[in-house]
Amino acid sequence: MDVSRTYDVLILGGGNAALCAAITARRAGRSVALLECAPKHFRGGNSRHTRNFRCMHDAPSDGLTDTYPEEEYWQDLLKVTGGETNEKLARITIRFTATCRKWMAEHGVRFQPSLGGTLHVSRTNAFFLGGGKALINAYYRAAEALGVEISYDTEVTDLNIDDGRFMSALAVRHGIEQEVRAKTVVAAAGGFEANLAWLREAWGPAADNFLVRGTPYNVGRVLRILLDKGAKSIGDATQGHCVAIDARSPKFDGGICTRVDCVSLGVVVNESAYRFYDEGEDFWPKRYAIWGRLVAGQPNQIAYSIIDAKSVGKFMPPVFPPIKAATIGELAVALKLDASVLESTIGQFNAAVRPGTFDHTVLDGCATEGISPPKTHWARRIDTPPFFAYPLRPGITFTYLGVTVNERAQMMLQDDRPSPNIFAAGEIMAGNVLGKGYIAGIGMAIGTAFGRIAGEEAARCAA
Amino acid sequence: MPPSAIPAALVEEGQRMASICNACRYCEGFCAVFPALERRLSFAEGDLTYLANLCHNCGSCYYACQYAPPHEFQLNFPKMLAEVRGESYKKYAWPATLSGLFQRNGRVVSLITAASLVAFVLAMLFFSDPSALFSAHSDSQGSFYAVFPHRAMAWIFGVIFLMVTAALIMGSVRFWRDIGEEPATFLSPGPFAKSVDDAARLIYLGGGGDGCTYPDDKPSYARRRFHHLTFYGFMSCFAATGVAPVYHYVLGWSAPYPFWSLPVMLGTLGSIGLLIGPAGLLWLKERRDSALTADSQTGMDVAFLVLLFIVSLTGLLLLVLRETAAMGTLLAIHLGVVMGLFITMPYGKFVHAVYRFAALVRFHVERRRPSPGLSAE
Ligand SMILES: Cc1cc2nc3c(=O)[nH]c(=O)nc-3n(C[C@H](O)[C@H](O)[C@H](O)COP(=O)(O)OP(=O)(O)OC[C@H]3O[C@@H](n4cnc5c(N)ncnc54)[C@H](O)[C@@H]3O)c2cc1C
Ligand code: SF4
Ligand code: SF4
Repeated sequence: MDVSRTYDVLILGGGNAALCAAITARRAGRSVALLECAPKHFRGGNSRHTRNFRCMHDAPSDGLTDTYPEEEYWQDLLKVTGGETNEKLARITIRFTATCRKWMAEHGVRFQPSLGGTLHVSRTNAFFLGGGKALINAYYRAAEALGVEISYDTEVTDLNIDDGRFMSALAVRHGIEQEVRAKTVVAAAGGFEANLAWLREAWGPAADNFLVRGTPYNVGRVLRILLDKGAKSIGDATQGHCVAIDARSPKFDGGICTRVDCVSLGVVVNESAYRFYDEGEDFWPKRYAIWGRLVAGQPNQIAYSIIDAKSVGKFMPPVFPPIKAATIGELAVALKLDASVLESTIGQFNAAVRPGTFDHTVLDGCATEGISPPKTHWARRIDTPPFFAYPLRPGITFTYLGVTVNERAQMMLQDDRPSPNIFAAGEIMAGNVLGKGYIAGIGMAIGTAFGRIAGEEAARCAA
Repeated sequence: MPPSAIPAALVEEGQRMASICNACRYCEGFCAVFPALERRLSFAEGDLTYLANLCHNCGSCYYACQYAPPHEFQLNFPKMLAEVRGESYKKYAWPATLSGLFQRNGRVVSLITAASLVAFVLAMLFFSDPSALFSAHSDSQGSFYAVFPHRAMAWIFGVIFLMVTAALIMGSVRFWRDIGEEPATFLSPGPFAKSVDDAARLIYLGGGGDGCTYPDDKPSYARRRFHHLTFYGFMSCFAATGVAPVYHYVLGWSAPYPFWSLPVMLGTLGSIGLLIGPAGLLWLKERRDSALTADSQTGMDVAFLVLLFIVSLTGLLLLVLRETAAMGTLLAIHLGVVMGLFITMPYGKFVHAVYRFAALVRFHVERRRPSPGLSAE
């Protein structure tokens, strides 16, 4: 970054949305600088942890099977958000996903047939070959080749905004603060999911036990500045994507491999060795996003998924080995739970299991009767040693609180005027489309669509 | 003799990394290693050597890995596999007493080659008239055999060829058993044919469609092209060596053969491939990202490539200068180097071809078996 010049377009952040904006603006002939606060090795924000994105399509292509029409996509989104979405922006995103794969491929992104173990999403989601980091690497290569000036280890610490108009940014690189000037700015610096203090404000002390699945660099600094300097907010701070992951995962950046997929095959107990929710309510992919909140609501935010030998090999292998014991009592000791309570919880559960034909691929008829909470599908007795347990904690994926934008990706001010030269893309504005709930692959869809729109509009504005 | 085991710490590290990949699976589309890995829930030593020999160290899964160093998981999957691969060569070497030759292999190969070169020169001086050795011969005089009797040459190379073949077959049998397969499955026609096809086209050196990330993080087909030149160059030279005895014994024609004859054409074309291919591979290796190379194996790789290069260089020089006084000396050098190459084949980089092919057959055999019962999560 060159502090003596005024760039046409300044990009804040270095993930998918930032790169889509940078490449688009640069291809329109503008001078572009991109500030990424992570070092090169950890560049790419949460985008480096992704694996697919949700695509509308009217014929099979890029590993996508069958069709996924606009209307169905919209209805899926409407359902999970319970209406907390802006239809105009949502439809822009959806339509974008029908055509943007060609652009992505031109800039080095490759697709592949869906992953083993995730076939249920091959109709709706296109998978990145090698995952999100491969996508990010391809975009950085393309951006560099086009002449985008990339600056790593560069944290944006303040923005000079005058009556909704961006003037310059302050950025700290290797301890030195510098002022970077540009005609326009694209804020694509993610959410605040790695900001433990902010999470605590929203969630209370429970947040101390959250694990952050993605990058430690998304502390919401740019979001905070924009909200403090006149941006109109969207969503609220308690909304986010939070799943149950292995409690032994790293505090940050554990990514995809920390997930535990056996909840629906067994039972889940809390620290007091009691069950607390129907483990078989629906297919796991449809339910895993509620288990983060469920575990967050338990004492000390910890829970244990317990299965027996019958379930071994029936789910995606987790990254950490299970805790194993020959009896339920010994398992309780290994988990530091009250053995007699756990024995009675499992005993009551086993006694409540009704006969049925177990089939994990359908909503089968195996259910419990007479206990609370019930287990409404896939209820089988936990009676075949050895017994296994995986400890669970809430793992936060991303937050939805953001800035409001219009269909040109312009950031809206509190008085409902669009800012003339501030644009926003990606997670920092995802709440416009996804105010609540989650459908797999929507994050990258929003970032790609609004990243490119922001890049295009910023380029036009700087012309 | 029981095969020497792979160091326990390396096996443990391999198991740790394979478990992370098995939970993640993002790299599934790059190569055969990941689909093979996903069929397993745990990884015994034989599973790791199988995966290691399926991997051709393209690096794609390192550059794409969100857990690569400096991430605390410190996941460098290709480097670990390269280390296991190196150990597996020792483990399966036959006879086992010679597995030590893989230690400091670069030096070992150079010494053996130098020794065979000296042996050839001495043998020539001993067997033939020194004046013949250093004077010019015309092709019509059967010049080669004027300096070195054909019968001796046939015997020496025949015996070495048999020894080398036996060692390579025994090595692959040990590998095949250790990864848990029955001998008969190796020859299953479908998988075998598919593996020949994969190997002949080097499909996995195509990465996900843009080539492998070799020598650096930018996908490129350079390695596949140079490897093709090396492989087909080698096969062409090998074919030349196979045709020559037919000419000699069946048709009764003595070498050297005219330039446009089949053995010479095959040999010449092959040698050109074997000059450019190994030179290109060495050039790429020089530029290879050091994060991905197992240091202990660089010597082995380089020695093999250099040897191939020298063999084809001396072969071509022999063709050009065969009617001059330099022929005798060149022939001694060429044959010496060829012998060095042959002797060290089962104890050097060449074995990768054997184990890799066997691993591919295993891959295709396994693919026809039902997948272990993962419910579609
Ligand atoms: C484990 C995991 C798996 C996921 N899988 C998927 C998936 O398969 N499909 C999907 O659609 N979504 C997925 N998501 C969600 C997805 O990651 C996000 O929706 C998406 O990456 C958002 O893109 P972005 O560019 O807005 O933000 P990010 O990619 O997070 O980029 C934000 C960037 O801003 C930088 N930054 C932050 N603060 C500053 C500052 N002050 N100064 C300068 N730079 C700053 C960061 O370093 C980072 O580069 C997943 C998330 C996680 C954590
Ligand atoms: S190398 Fe890394 S990204 Fe690839 S499958 Fe393994 S853990 Fe996942
Ligand atoms: S280095 Fe290449 S061949 Fe080896 S496992 Fe990784 S992607 Fe596969």
